[in-house]
Amino acid sequence: MNSVEKNSNETAVVVQDLERRFGSFIAVNRVSFEVKKGEIFGFLGPNGAGKSTTIRMLIGVLAPTDGVGTVAGFDIRTQAEEIKKHIGYMSQKFSLYDDLTVSENIDFYSGIYRIDPARKKARKEWVIEMAGLEHHRHSRTAILSGGWKQRLALGCAILHEPPVIFLDEPTSGVDPVSRRQFWDLIYELSGKGVTVFVTTHYMDEAEYCDRLGLIYRGELIAAGTPETLKTELMQEDVLEVICERPQDAMGEIEQIEGIKEVALFGKGLHVVVEETERAVAAISDLLQRRGYAVTRVEGIVPSLEDVFVSLIEARDRAEQPQQEVKR
Amino acid sequence: MKLYRTWAVARKEYLHIIRDPRSLGMGIVIPVILLLLFGYALSLDVDNVPTVVWDQSESQVSRDFLSGFQGSPYFSIVKFVHGYGEVDRAINSAEALAALIIPRDFAQLIEAGRAAPVQLIVDGSDSDTADTAIGYAETVAQSFSQQVAVREVQRKTGRTLDLPLDYRPRTWYNEDMESKNYIVPGLIAVIMMVIAALLTSLTIAREWERGTMEQLISTPVKGPELILGKLFPYFTIGMFDVLLAVLMGEFLFDVPLRGSVPLLFGMAAVFLVGALSLGILISVVTKSQLLASQLAMVLTFLPSFLLSGFMYAISNMPQPIQIITYVIPATYFVSLLKGIYLKGVGLEVMAIQAGLLGAFGVVMVILANDKFKKKLE
Repeated sequence: MNSVEKNSNETAVVVQDLERRFGSFIAVNRVSFEVKKGEIFGFLGPNGAGKSTTIRMLIGVLAPTDGVGTVAGFDIRTQAEEIKKHIGYMSQKFSLYDDLTVSENIDFYSGIYRIDPARKKARKEWVIEMAGLEHHRHSRTAILSGGWKQRLALGCAILHEPPVIFLDEPTSGVDPVSRRQFWDLIYELSGKGVTVFVTTHYMDEAEYCDRLGLIYRGELIAAGTPETLKTELMQEDVLEVICERPQDAMGEIEQIEGIKEVALFGKGLHVVVEETERAVAAISDLLQRRGYAVTRVEGIVPSLEDVFVSLIEARDRAEQPQQEVKR
Repeated sequence: MKLYRTWAVARKEYLHIIRDPRSLGMGIVIPVILLLLFGYALSLDVDNVPTVVWDQSESQVSRDFLSGFQGSPYFSIVKFVHGYGEVDRAINSAEALAALIIPRDFAQLIEAGRAAPVQLIVDGSDSDTADTAIGYAETVAQSFSQQVAVREVQRKTGRTLDLPLDYRPRTWYNEDMESKNYIVPGLIAVIMMVIAALLTSLTIAREWERGTMEQLISTPVKGPELILGKLFPYFTIGMFDVLLAVLMGEFLFDVPLRGSVPLLFGMAAVFLVGALSLGILISVVTKSQLLASQLAMVLTFLPSFLLSGFMYAISNMPQPIQIITYVIPATYFVSLLKGIYLKGVGLEVMAIQAGLLGAFGVVMVILANDKFKKKLE
């Protein structure tokens, strides 16, 4: 029994060595992971890392070049059409029809998913209510705001109540309040046992996920709960420095030996260091000597962004020598 | 294949059409305009050829001869001139397309029983008209010669003479030789081909361009359900166009419709399915609206217009071109429509054309379905 077959009662998505090439370009490079049923799995990565390509292979619209996998118990290579009956998918681009009204868009997808006539009306009302479009059911979709469109698109994608849903950057280009509302919806669905696979490049959204996969240049470079990633995966320590004129202080701190990176973060700075104790002393000392009023210098649990940046840089450092040799 | 889904697609597509005035305009207004434009402008009839006359004889005999031209619907004498200079000017300025020159001794020669030369000058820059005018003029001259000869014999022998031949030509199916009678039925075929392919060529490509296709292919909808659903509303528009065209033919152009009307609509339906599917096929393959519409135009307009036998008889084309005409579906529809309209014949003589039209439809539907993939590349 191989790992793809095991636990199909508990896992919604399993992939092993999933790979997709476009010519000589490797968009997704031997990626393996599992998503448990009912979990919110976040797929985190910068633009062009291979997030959408992975999702497209999972939902059965893009054939993998290599590797195996199942979604909702169906093989992604041979049972794509079965998968499509059991998933909901929301693509990155708004994918409803602008020239149709809210109501017409819902009716169309209701027809496509062959919703039982007895449930059709209830499902439609559910979507309209969920998206907050009670007063806009006969408005053309084109005039709706980003947040409304997003919720309507989600509603249309889950009209048939699929057990697994895939959301490709669902909140890009949406205002913060709408983003928050959208995530409330995701939690609600997850609470009902729906598995949610969501890609994002917002770090705060990543914190909302049960588990995360970090993808960079087509490779899965880390996976785990946000907690695990923050406490176990980062080799360096992170200090928070709160002081006057943080922008100027950045330049000063960068000069100190043993400092790997300094970045503005909120009101202060996040400083990545090799070892906390020595660095705290060195930074406090330097800033005081140069006349900055220092409020706080101390070690903190790194944010996901710190972890992510640190992992990416470690990866880049590891790859650089190879590239130089190639040249 | 679930009709339920096909119906959902058809209803959505219908909404797109009524919401987009351009597609509605392209589907209904343009065919009507084309039919009006070509139906009126595209006349191949030659009549009332403007003619100037230089009658140097100015005799009773020459006037008799000219009355043959004056009475003919094919010539219209616009001016009497005196000299080659004026003839030259009239033809150069396009005031006249033909000039008739009668010599000074015309009457004397005829009376003496000798052959009188008569000159016809025609404007060869429009060679079709020139050809036809020469033919008509010959007929007039011939009949005048005969009259003179008959009179002469009568005078000499004192008894009436019958000509040895009584030549009675008749043009079947189009007695008055009116070009609109064969242009309008052919025009319906050409317009339907172009409009049908153009309309559907945009539908699939539009969904790819707008990103809605990615959503669609992630649902359980099947290729044939999608394609059939998309065909349905355009098929309705196409049949409505055929109805409009037939009504215009009947009430505006007075083209006789002698054959079976149900057969006409049945054949139009078969043809439409093929032409619409060709549009879908183009759309599926190109995935770009601009490219698809251009390709649809190139693939349908010129071949249907020039090679279908609509304007130019296929039998007059060089052999290699004739072979090409066999793969142009409009060829069969043009000959079917002309057959139904003018000859009033049915499938008993046109089964092959109808069969080939059907084959075209089947092949296009299969190809469009086969080429459509629910996958990204």
